[in-house]
Amino acid sequence: MGDLLNIFIKSAFIENLALSYFLGMCSYLAVSKTVKTAFGLGLAVIFVLGITMPINWVINSVLLSESGIFSTDLTFLRLILFIAVIASMVQLVEMIVEKFSPSLYNSLGIFLPLITVNCAILGGSLFMVSKEYNFSESVAFGLGGGFGWFLAIIAIAAIREKIKYSQVPPALRGLGMAFMLTGLMGLAFMSLMGIDPAAF
Amino acid sequence: MGLVDLLKKIEPDKKKSPFLHTLYDGFFTFAYAPNTVTKGGVHMRDGMDLKRLMVHVVLAMQLCYLFGTYNIGHQHFVASGQYMGFIEGFHLKLVHGLIQMLPIFVVTHIVGLGIEFWFAAKKGHAIEEGFLVSGALIPLIMPPDIPLWILAVAVAFAVIIGKEAFGGTGMNIWNVALLARVFVFFAYPTTIAGDEVWVSGYNTLAEGTQASYTFAHGLFNSLFEFMDIATFQEASTHIVDGYSGATPLALAYQGGWENVTDTFSTSQMFWGTIPGSIGESCKPLIIGGALFLVITKVASWRIMLSMLIGGIIMTLLLNAWGATPFMEVPVHGQIFMGSFLFAMAFMATDPVTASGTNTGKWIYGFMIGMIGMLVRVLNPAYPEGWMLAILFMNTFAPLIDHYVLEANMSKRMKHA
Repeated sequence: MGDLLNIFIKSAFIENLALSYFLGMCSYLAVSKTVKTAFGLGLAVIFVLGITMPINWVINSVLLSESGIFSTDLTFLRLILFIAVIASMVQLVEMIVEKFSPSLYNSLGIFLPLITVNCAILGGSLFMVSKEYNFSESVAFGLGGGFGWFLAIIAIAAIREKIKYSQVPPALRGLGMAFMLTGLMGLAFMSLMGIDPAAF
Repeated sequence: MGLVDLLKKIEPDKKKSPFLHTLYDGFFTFAYAPNTVTKGGVHMRDGMDLKRLMVHVVLAMQLCYLFGTYNIGHQHFVASGQYMGFIEGFHLKLVHGLIQMLPIFVVTHIVGLGIEFWFAAKKGHAIEEGFLVSGALIPLIMPPDIPLWILAVAVAFAVIIGKEAFGGTGMNIWNVALLARVFVFFAYPTTIAGDEVWVSGYNTLAEGTQASYTFAHGLFNSLFEFMDIATFQEASTHIVDGYSGATPLALAYQGGWENVTDTFSTSQMFWGTIPGSIGESCKPLIIGGALFLVITKVASWRIMLSMLIGGIIMTLLLNAWGATPFMEVPVHGQIFMGSFLFAMAFMATDPVTASGTNTGKWIYGFMIGMIGMLVRVLNPAYPEGWMLAILFMNTFAPLIDHYVLEANMSKRMKHA
């Protein structure tokens, strides 16, 4: 249990997908104009990461690896299968959001289906493979990574709501400022970098 | 003819030379409250404007400046084994401190104010006062031997990226002084971390050679010779055997609280005669400054108190965990070591970057206390946690405010 907590904390704060690997930047920058939509997208990312990570783990170890049921090395199919799983899960999320919160569905717009190509999701699955996690570890990693991304996007959304009233130089308004905010947030998140929870 | 008339006489024309006018206006309002008032409608009229608010903070730090300057000299001579008593060799310590401190202060202000003036003139605004406080804070949080060009680059980064890009004073999200320090910390780590940097002249002393003093020291030497008092002695000045220059935090990391008290007594840590960043060491002066800020209502007591509580709770939790010697350091030890109190009094309470709501301030301060202590104790890469904890919570301050407001709104909607 302690191990799983370590992985969760590490992937949420120390190796934050958005702020230390800079993954998932497109929707991170595009949907972070208000806290409300950022919150919705963040939850969707937690859900998709938390679901796809264990499914991809099963696919990777049962179907694709040499010790799997086909006993051949099928890892060249990894990318396409991972993407297929992610795409179908995103469809599921889309249907759920449309059913229960049409206003959020409308404000997220195209960025909801685009979670499919959110590199944080595929990147997370590939990290899981390269870090050789087992099933429960991959669940913790998925939820932690999603939570970290969620925190990052609602924090930047709150900041962007606040600086709406600042006299930002005209040339920097909008995306330019968002890039600089992301960089400075990455600097602030470096406070936790280097802590190894497993060392204690 | 009074000074006002003289100043009025030389006022440059606003249209013809906007830059000169901005410069003039900045200094004029520094000396006198402008007598132009808002016309029509109801407005607040109060002499307590931004400039006077910030002067309070600068005033609260003055004693830290004096002590910090003297302590640079004191640590330098303690490292070389001369004048071990605090007031022995008073003039030498003071002069050495000034020779180290003044360039840091001057470079910080020339770079910071220069950029500020340039942006103000470019925007056609009056000069904003924001750099008064940042410029006073930055020298206090630097090591005594920081190379001046690194300092200049860091100040430029903090003022341009950290403040002017956001629209100037009062609009930045991250604490400007801490951004300058964090820039040095990540870009030039060897100048701001390790045992060697906290004692002035340590590197020249440690190489087995004697201290090399600057031209300025030479000038003062001739003055001291003339006055027939002790002078700077290059030939006999070298590092004492076994002296490492380690700060209490470095010692605590190696071997816990016993290791610290072997080298420094608790009263030494309290009174501040220890190596460290320039302004952080003397606890009574910092507490005095904090009380001054609280009494004049410039800084929020909620943030200070909740940060203290957060730090203490985290220390107790770590004491209970006790996996490394550092975790077992008692509460008073954690408070006296490093820059806990300095960060609490002057950094966390910055009203621009902290949470604005009262509930938010409690959460904000408490989280800084918790995270800062956690980083200090658990993170082997960083010697001290407050700078990064405060920047981390600066990131989340608007979010905390957002949800505090939202909760308040929904509560009142229910009543309605």
